Amino acid sequence: MTKIVADLDRCVGAGQCVLTDPEGFDQSEEDGTVVVLQDTPADDEALKRARGAVEICPSRALSLTE
Amino acid sequence: MTAPALQTTRRCPYAPPEQHTRIRDTDPGISQVTLPGGQVAWALSRLEHIRAMLTDPRFSSDRRNPNFPRFTRERPGRQPLLQTMIQLDPPEHGPARKAVVGEFTVRRMAGLRPRIQEIVDEQIDAMLAGPRPADLVQALSLPVPSLVICEQLGVPYHDHDFFQTRSATLLSRALTAQDRQQALTGLRDYLRDLIAKKAAEPTDDLLGRQLAQGNDPEDVLSLAFLLLFAGHETTANMISLGVVTLLERPEELAALREDPARTLPAIEELLRVYTIAEFANARVAVADVEIGGVTIRAGDPVLALSTAANHDPSAFDEADEIKLDRGARNHVAFGFGIHQCLGQNLARMELQIVFDTLFRRIPTLRLATPADKLRYKDDALIYGIHEVPVTWEESA
Ligand code: SF4
Repeated sequence: MTKIVADLDRCVGAGQCVLTDPEGFDQSEEDGTVVVLQDTPADDEALKRARGAVEICPSRALSLTE
Repeated sequence: MTAPALQTTRRCPYAPPEQHTRIRDTDPGISQVTLPGGQVAWALSRLEHIRAMLTDPRFSSDRRNPNFPRFTRERPGRQPLLQTMIQLDPPEHGPARKAVVGEFTVRRMAGLRPRIQEIVDEQIDAMLAGPRPADLVQALSLPVPSLVICEQLGVPYHDHDFFQTRSATLLSRALTAQDRQQALTGLRDYLRDLIAKKAAEPTDDLLGRQLAQGNDPEDVLSLAFLLLFAGHETTANMISLGVVTLLERPEELAALREDPARTLPAIEELLRVYTIAEFANARVAVADVEIGGVTIRAGDPVLALSTAANHDPSAFDEADEIKLDRGARNHVAFGFGIHQCLGQNLARMELQIVFDTLFRRIPTLRLATPADKLRYKDDALIYGIHEVPVTWEESA
């Protein structure tokens, strides 16, 4: 099962994941770091969006693991 | 052999300088150039190389490093006027950015939307009530980001004029160093005063909240300057360039007016095509690093040719075409890596509100001077247009 992993130390809160995939990601109110809403993409569409978010994240804070 | 001088002017507003394209399209896509300040720097030009460089901790943003790329003949390693987070590396960078990033989350931005809409409507009302042709730059492009940043920082309404004229002076290039120094001092004194007042009587705005978090007032002052400069002329120039581009493409503009969902992808494409902060991505290597088969040595200055990268044919199909529905966001117009623009989502929203509102409210808007006769900012670090005369039918 593919999982989304977020490294909060690396996250710089640019919010690009939220723009790419608002269902999958949110940002913390406090310091803007990523909040993963769905850590296992439910279907191919969700997986595609998650991949997009991983690709667009400027600080390489997001990754997918099998 | 000496490295050729870096070409800093564009022949075409929405194309990279020819030299940059040549570097990109000749292997290895990396070349040495001489900066206007005299330093020899590595120039990277491919999207892949630039994204790799900007996410690699072996490239430093610390401007106190004497080898940091300089565009003028200022003394190397000179203490910058203001130390802000864009000049910091980890581990110092993270806490500085996190202290303020909560102010720029996607959700926070959505909360600002109604007020920005009001600001845009007021500026358009004033423009419609004034003479034709009007200069869009003065009527809309500059005041909107300026008013928005004032609101966000918590600059009181009755000080807007002072604040706006000083910051406009500071950003103008037609002035002497002395004029600028004066404006800078004026603005700094003003902000220092304002911050002292907010420290004494807490306010619920960005600066007030920074103070309430226990941040040092001098750091809050630097932050205020950073936000002021980074968010001001950049957005203003994108508004001007975007309006001109859209007015020049009436069919696509009509499609945009029909379906506002097209506006955001169009903005992304305009950001990519113009890449107005084309030289903002500079670093200095702090270790030997190999990129594309070239070894960059510790201490070497490095520059990203961001416009060339944003027109890289291996990253974008028909990269030199403006395709408003392209929907590509992997460009580096806002930089990449840990320093990627903090205000990018605010910028996107301001552009979206301006374009949607302007073309809806003034459907007959047109350029009063042909696009190819406009004065582009060929010699500025931030690309843009000096004036954009526009006119419209009376009934609007
Ligand atoms: S895009 Fe990356 S850096 Fe930005 S909020 Fe998401 S995880 Fe954090």
